[in-house]
Amino acid sequence: MNVEETELPGFGVRKDFVTASGRRIGVVELREGETELFVSTWDDPDTCQASIPLTADEAATLGNLLGGQHIAMRLAEDHKEIPGISTRQFSIAADSPFQNQPMGKARIRTRCGASIVAIMREGEVVPSPGPDVILHTGDLLIAVGTQEGLDSAADILRHG
Amino acid sequence: MDPLALTLIELGAIVFCLGLLARLAERIGMSPIPLYLVGGLGFGAGGLIKFEGIQEFAHLSGEIGVILLLLMLGLEYTAQELVTGMRRSWQGGVLDLVLNFIPGAAVALLLGWGLVGAVVMGGVTYISSSGIAAKVITDLGRIGNRETPVVISILVFEDLAMALYLPILTAILAGVGFLGGLQTVGVSLAVVSVVLVVALRHGHRVSQAVHSENSEIFLLNLLGAALLVAGIASATQVSAAVGAFLLGIAISGATAQNATRILEPLRDLFAAIFFVAFGLNTDPSSIPPVLGFALLLAVVTTATKILTGYWAAKRAGIAIPGRFRAGAALVARGEFSIVIAGLAVASGGVASEIVALATAYVLIMAVLGPLAARFVEPVVKSLRPPPPPAARRQETPAVP
Repeated sequence: MNVEETELPGFGVRKDFVTASGRRIGVVELREGETELFVSTWDDPDTCQASIPLTADEAATLGNLLGGQHIAMRLAEDHKEIPGISTRQFSIAADSPFQNQPMGKARIRTRCGASIVAIMREGEVVPSPGPDVILHTGDLLIAVGTQEGLDSAADILRHG
Repeated sequence: MDPLALTLIELGAIVFCLGLLARLAERIGMSPIPLYLVGGLGFGAGGLIKFEGIQEFAHLSGEIGVILLLLMLGLEYTAQELVTGMRRSWQGGVLDLVLNFIPGAAVALLLGWGLVGAVVMGGVTYISSSGIAAKVITDLGRIGNRETPVVISILVFEDLAMALYLPILTAILAGVGFLGGLQTVGVSLAVVSVVLVVALRHGHRVSQAVHSENSEIFLLNLLGAALLVAGIASATQVSAAVGAFLLGIAISGATAQNATRILEPLRDLFAAIFFVAFGLNTDPSSIPPVLGFALLLAVVTTATKILTGYWAAKRAGIAIPGRFRAGAALVARGEFSIVIAGLAVASGGVASEIVALATAYVLIMAVLGPLAARFVEPVVKSLRPPPPPAARRQETPAVP
């Protein structure tokens, strides 16, 4: 993917690329730490149909959603051969009993046999997280396991 | 009444009125600058209400306002951005200078204001308002647009050009001859180059010198440094405003961002007082006689700015609607035109009609600029035939 970077003195840096359907999509990283998400119109790739200001948290969450989907799909592809194994994503809500706690405290593998294979955090992937990794609000956990195991993992993460 | 009490009441009334005007400007989505100017016209010589005893304060505050305006302009850019911007867009910048300086200078010569008047009016019509342009770009959601870097690079060029223009103007206004003028140009070129090199190599040291975690110390350091540098620059005829601009460029990185945040309220206050002080010194009855010329200049320099943006955007490979958007974003004139006219007033050596013409011109352009930026697109679209439906790319694959 060819991402173009353009300096915007006084504003920040624009990073964008052209999608297969012909739209330009990208972000402007503003100096104040905020992000502007934009997408061009279909008839004039120079202009923007929408330009949406995102706070740092919102940008990180959006990054997790986009990246998490991608990882989950790849994992699902990998496990296609093994019947009964699925991939699912869990996000850590603000009221989760495990926010700001080490992941090992949830004892998910011991209690339901599901494995957390990656954590999406602020648009970055933490691969094979160990039990010491501290969970934060907005983290997206990618888990692999049986349907029942994943169901009970979801329950544990929500209610403890 | 006690003169101090009277002064405080007058000052309070003015600042309070500015607050009301700024609120009105925000409500109708325009720049507050023209309203501040109108406010100043109403309070000053020959206006509706006459205020006495605050001239001295207004004058000094106005000077500080100019210093803060330019300091914060310098803080916006790093030396690196200025140098690369200059390299990439100097052709557009030169075209901008030629096309937009000439109309103002020509009208001044036509009205018999001589070389000094021509240099002043040329500067007034040349320099776009980067404040209004930045607001237009943000408000209209054009920050991700492809033509936006073109607009910004022209604004950057103008700001650098001003670092050379203001010292020349100061020298001419001080009445030095041709040789003296050349000498000033040489000195200011040397100073600007030295500051750019220092800022590129040792910007972090300058930043360190003023930086502090404590916001009170930081503010005092910044303001003290800005006034000192401005004063020294003024004493060496490089113009106080340019000194502040160069200091702003030398401060970089996180320090610059913190400085912007901390200085913004001060800049807003003193710049508002500057615009009012400028209006205070203008007699409203002197405006109608020059209104015709102000309108003529407005029409001509709107066209020349659009042409500038069109040409520069075309060079950058932007399609036709984007070229017009780039041009229209540059139309607004504002704070820096008033800074130039304000320097002319302060020197006392120019015809009073110049001030009236500059005021009327900026009043028109500060209102017209954002309107042009907003409506250029629908106008261009309505004049061009719509693209055939086949041109629309399919975003979702058709269901088989």
